[in-house]
Amino acid sequence: MSKKKNYAANVKMPDKFGHYGEYGGRYISETLMPAVIELEQAYKKYKNDAAFKKEFRYYLSQYVGRPTPLYLAERLTKAAGGADIYLKREDLCHTGAHKVNNTIGQILLARRMGKKRIIAETGAGQHGVATATVAALFGLECEIYMGSEDIVRQAPNVLRMKLLGAKVNSVESGSKTLKDAMNEAIRDWVTNIYNTFYIIGSVAGPHPYPMIVRDFQAVIGQEARKDILKATGKLPDLLVACVGGGSNAMGLFYPFLSDEKVKMTGVEAAGHGIKSGKHAATITGGTVGVLHGSKSYLLQDKQGQIIHTHSISAGLDYPGVGPEHSYFHDTGRVEYTSITDKEALTAFKLLCKTEGIIPALESSHAIAYGVKAAKKLGKGRVMIINLSGRGDKDLSTVADLMGVKI
Amino acid sequence: MKKIAPAKVARIEALFAELKGRKEKALITFITAGDPDLPTTKKIILELADKGADIIELGIPFSDPMADGPTIQMASERALASGTTTGKVLSLVKEVRGEGCTAPVVLFGYYNPIFVYGLKRFAKDARRAGADGVLIVDLPPEESGDFKDALESEGLDFVYLLTPTSDASRIKLVAGRASGFVYYVSVAGVTGVRKKLATSLQAAVRRVKAGVDLPVGVGFGISSPEQARAAAKGAEGVIVGSAIVNIIAKHGAKRNSTSKVARQKMVAEVGRFVKGLKAALR
Repeated sequence: MSKKKNYAANVKMPDKFGHYGEYGGRYISETLMPAVIELEQAYKKYKNDAAFKKEFRYYLSQYVGRPTPLYLAERLTKAAGGADIYLKREDLCHTGAHKVNNTIGQILLARRMGKKRIIAETGAGQHGVATATVAALFGLECEIYMGSEDIVRQAPNVLRMKLLGAKVNSVESGSKTLKDAMNEAIRDWVTNIYNTFYIIGSVAGPHPYPMIVRDFQAVIGQEARKDILKATGKLPDLLVACVGGGSNAMGLFYPFLSDEKVKMTGVEAAGHGIKSGKHAATITGGTVGVLHGSKSYLLQDKQGQIIHTHSISAGLDYPGVGPEHSYFHDTGRVEYTSITDKEALTAFKLLCKTEGIIPALESSHAIAYGVKAAKKLGKGRVMIINLSGRGDKDLSTVADLMGVKI
Repeated sequence: MKKIAPAKVARIEALFAELKGRKEKALITFITAGDPDLPTTKKIILELADKGADIIELGIPFSDPMADGPTIQMASERALASGTTTGKVLSLVKEVRGEGCTAPVVLFGYYNPIFVYGLKRFAKDARRAGADGVLIVDLPPEESGDFKDALESEGLDFVYLLTPTSDASRIKLVAGRASGFVYYVSVAGVTGVRKKLATSLQAAVRRVKAGVDLPVGVGFGISSPEQARAAAKGAEGVIVGSAIVNIIAKHGAKRNSTSKVARQKMVAEVGRFVKGLKAALR
């Protein structure tokens, strides 16, 4: 009985105001309110529209390359010495990460809404590349906002966006990373509201974005659930994914929510360690607040000022987290933990050597925790780690850390 | 059970009635508290009120001011760098009242610092300090229920924004909740000085006034007496912010800017500018 009830409660989220328990909502300026209401209405209209769904599925299969494999990483499993580790290979998506699942969905909405101009924020550049890619695919004007610090550490992605025809705007304010890029994208949106569609890249922002991004990314978990049942005949014991804003984790977790026996762990970026204060582990080390349109856990000081975060991985270097993750944390449905820069780098190298896969530094956080958890779980158990992206973009960061010149 | 609100000061309502009698438009001036530091802000507020500002909008600085252009973003950075906190801004209001300044004060900011301070605590402390109203940029009617209750129980006005994107339903929603006055944002965009006002401004103000039974102040982009006069047509007042903050920034960037003489020059130039603005609204 309780099972069914929980399931119903879960799938109902958010409520009609975009709240996940006390989290989420719409904390934005009045100018933007009509735009998010328009988007909500459009999404409501199209999400069950057969033609829309067909088109979304078409691009996911023929353009993105879905379904992505669910791969039993035997040598990694052996190295970890415990549970069987399956990798959900989102790194094999076109553009090299899961981000494109969502940008395809949102740009199809933008086209139906008659918007001619696309903007996006990006941290690691993966969402920026995925947005620039779909803008090129559909011939729409595209501008990307990226912190100047990220522009330096993710140079290959900047070039990719430019090659794809997007204008990349360097953001010099604040910490010069993802949060500041998002501030600047919001400023652009409010200025160009009539013709511009803002493609938010994570399960963050004002309602309906956390819901829309979740629904588009849920394809990850839907495929993984089907494939693991096929491969092992049972549901997995544990799901592991990294959490910055939390879109890849949400995508993997969401279709398993009602499977009560499936445990889930979100892995945040502990940077130099939670105690050092130089980290980006929002749920692990944060408090409740309001930023970028929704109420959620935040990394802030006692005055409610947002603090500068640190992570080796630009994609996790964000002081906020999607509101539904905050809800999952409070309800205990998902456990959140963190992995340091150093641990992530070790896992990065481990996956390269054991499986011939160069993971993104973001995903390396999930690998690092997954390896630890596999040993604890023990043999005969099954775990899925979301390999959310490939690591080519991180080579210069890794080279610097290894003291190698490229 | 319906709470009985304490007797309202309603200084804002009284002010607009008084100005109407004199056939004047309200000059509402915005500055960020703590830019460049709190003692100077105090001097600037007193000068603003003395030279003709009818309402003082006092910005509470926030690290991520998403609705602001570069001018006020930098003002917030300077204010935070000088150690400004929400509590200190409220103390400043109290000090200004102690100096005999009676101009209505509207606290203007982003939600997070106030949420963290505590909604009820903020309302209570703001009222005790002598503030008259509050405007939160990123708190639309849909999310403002708890805060509205907190402000109402302290008799403080809740000023809301309406914008060029607000349709009749949004205007109605705000009309049912706002008090004091309504801030009409003249352009879709961020704060900052603009060369030209929106072309259809008067028609837009008429549209707002048709749905709201409160005075309307027009803001965003107004930086000269001529623009102020034009923007005030059909409205009850204008809001000028970035143009004043630019003067503060200009003096702050000068050599020896922290000297007493330099600060006096800064305050005096703000005063002259505001005097010119108010003259255009009489």
